[in-house]
Amino acid sequence: MAVCIAVIAKENYPLYIRSVPIQNELKFHYTVHTSLDVVEEKISAVGKAMADQRELYLGLLYPTEDYKVYGYVTNSKVKFVIVVDSSNTSLRDNEIRSMFRKLHNSFTDVMCNPFYNPGDTIQSKAFDSMVTAMMVQAS
Amino acid sequence: MADDVLFEFLHMEMVSHIYKDQASRGEMEKDRATCVSTLEGMGFRVGQGLIERFTKDSPSFKDDLDVMKFICKDFWINVFRKQIDNLRTNHQGTYVLQDNKFALLTQFSNGKQYLEEAPKYLAYSCGLVRGALSNLGMDCVVTAEVSLMPSCESLLSSSSSSFIIYHHTTPNITDTTEMF
Repeated sequence: MAVCIAVIAKENYPLYIRSVPIQNELKFHYTVHTSLDVVEEKISAVGKAMADQRELYLGLLYPTEDYKVYGYVTNSKVKFVIVVDSSNTSLRDNEIRSMFRKLHNSFTDVMCNPFYNPGDTIQSKAFDSMVTAMMVQAS
Repeated sequence: MADDVLFEFLHMEMVSHIYKDQASRGEMEKDRATCVSTLEGMGFRVGQGLIERFTKDSPSFKDDLDVMKFICKDFWINVFRKQIDNLRTNHQGTYVLQDNKFALLTQFSNGKQYLEEAPKYLAYSCGLVRGALSNLGMDCVVTAEVSLMPSCESLLSSSSSSFIIYHHTTPNITDTTEMF
């Protein structure tokens, strides 16, 4: 269960960012912002290594004392960042991957929506409800 | 396989609808350019959405040539049910894609007839490719020519690369018709 989910555009501004404990929202914004550097590093590093299969899933970007940050980049250079609570150690890699998969599918649907202009913030209710389902329930 | 035909009819109607407004207003040259750019803009937006869907499961592309190969094979197959027949490059950012039997033009003629009408029907596809490429990170100018002997007229814009796509309907056409 994620604590914060963010979708960042190719030009590195947020298209969609949502976190669960509303009072600490600014801290999550900051965490996501710093994780962008790590994402850039991973993208350019893979390019130089000339790997055969470049995966879209980037894996654990960096752990902080309370949270772990995971990243995923699409072929159109849109980045998804998920922040999860470190205390929730039962979350396995597969589950994170499936969360990213769902995010990517919903994002593709948003992209294909004729009422959505690429570059705007995401306002789709369907996307919202999908993200809510993935986040921790606020107590 | 009736599904290909559905898009062809829709496309024909799109073009005639856009040009119908222009004809009623009377002014020829300026409005013709707006019609072409309207069609190209439509294609651009669709291309962006399509590429998001098509690249959902494929791994990242290594370089520009990889992206062009993807466009020539997977993308063209998904949209027009066939591959690009020939891809040429000068390795400096210019690519020429050749399609010997472009799906949206096959119904027109087998010779020079209707050659001057062809550009209208290529605008949307140019926009499609431009939208797809821009979403993959390559900004470019896409032009299309209907001819037999393609003379390499490249339109270099301020961005780093330019692409030229040639659509041939048959080997008998000798005039060239320029799009942009």
